[in-house]
Amino acid sequence: MEKKKIRFTINGKRCEMEIKPWQTLLELIREDLKLTGTKEGCGEGECGSCTVIMGGRTVNSCLVPAMEADKQEILTIEGLSKGDKLHPIQEAFVEHSGMQCGFCTSGMIMSAKALLDENTDPSREEIREGISGNLCRCTGYAKIFESISAAAHAMKGEK
Amino acid sequence: MVVFYRRMPKMDYMRPESIEEVLDLLAEEETGRYKIYAGGTDVIPKIKKRVMSPPQILIDLKGIKGLDYVDYDKKEGLRIGALASVRSVAESWIVKEKYPILSQASDSIASIQVRNRATIAGNICNAVPSADSAPALLTLDAELKCVSKRGERTIVINDFFKAPGATGLEPHEILKEIYFPALNENTKGIYIKLSPRSRMDLAVVGVAVLGTVENGLIKSVRIGLGAVAPVPIRALNAEALLAGSKIDDQIINDAAKTAALESKPIDDHRASAEYRRMMVEVLVRRGLKNIITNQFL
Repeated sequence: MEKKKIRFTINGKRCEMEIKPWQTLLELIREDLKLTGTKEGCGEGECGSCTVIMGGRTVNSCLVPAMEADKQEILTIEGLSKGDKLHPIQEAFVEHSGMQCGFCTSGMIMSAKALLDENTDPSREEIREGISGNLCRCTGYAKIFESISAAAHAMKGEK
Repeated sequence: MVVFYRRMPKMDYMRPESIEEVLDLLAEEETGRYKIYAGGTDVIPKIKKRVMSPPQILIDLKGIKGLDYVDYDKKEGLRIGALASVRSVAESWIVKEKYPILSQASDSIASIQVRNRATIAGNICNAVPSADSAPALLTLDAELKCVSKRGERTIVINDFFKAPGATGLEPHEILKEIYFPALNENTKGIYIKLSPRSRMDLAVVGVAVLGTVENGLIKSVRIGLGAVAPVPIRALNAEALLAGSKIDDQIINDAAKTAALESKPIDDHRASAEYRRMMVEVLVRRGLKNIITNQFL
């Protein structure tokens, strides 16, 4: 089966690629673009470790056919930092030990990003809700809540 | 044993731009050639796991313009396009205000990532017994506008679910719109989902109760049950018992018991049939009390 051409923007960079029509967005990101910050956990939309932002909304990239990326804007964990300067959410995760093994972290941070983009001052309950689609098997949720909360404060301070 | 493959099998992808194009494709359908999807949150995992035989071509319905509306009119009621995401329904202020039961049910589905992609139309077309939107749709008397090359027709939600995973849709037909009649202003409703995790979990039991109480009498009531029968069902005997009755604890307890007897749950890894039946009683009672109390506040 022939490959198909799609055009999209990923982390601010415009891309034009030929892809296999049956591959997922996750495979496109990890295998074709070598952006391996996005992780594959369950592969069926339960765990959230493959979370990326497409068209301003979080999606489980393992459930999105890559063909759907056509004409879309995609943001992955690699697109958050500016050069060597980490994004305030990343800073906060480092500062507050919001990770143990780190496998869920990219997804957690993308969900946190989407949350904070819409709600600059989330309550603890709203943070819980915001990352309810992301599993952490090191059970580090308390530290993750702290990190997101701290990031929200830091981001407000900047503005 | 389910073999879990992490990759989709080879297949092509199409994104038609109109319903007519989709219907043309489906009309020439040989078995298994096409699979249509909207959000893909059920279809893609099923294809990956090979529980659904892989189609030759995956048809993405999201290319169809103007089918993601959530429109309300005071006289007409609510219309939801087949491509409206679960999130857009759950967060729609008009749905929150006029059909809070639908908003609650939609909001209880999976996770934000899934709600961003999934659709209510897909949730019912997937037709699992535990579909969270189904009990709410049953109590709201939703009408499903379906379209095929032969024309349009309406299937009422009560006739839609046939068996686990099977609906009244013909193979060449698609669901285009879900219509909800306007509600009486005094009508109150609630969806109660029982699941071990509050998010990202399937309902062990889902109960929707919608009713109107006037002068201490139950004017009308509808009860929808999810995950306790091969398909989402209405507790019609319990409803009949309540209709026109004066409200007291006795009648509420009797109705809750009746609803439990009407359910036909199974034992599985989530819960035993016995537990599910007991929980139907508890949740129907809780739901009834909730809509009654709300009405007297």
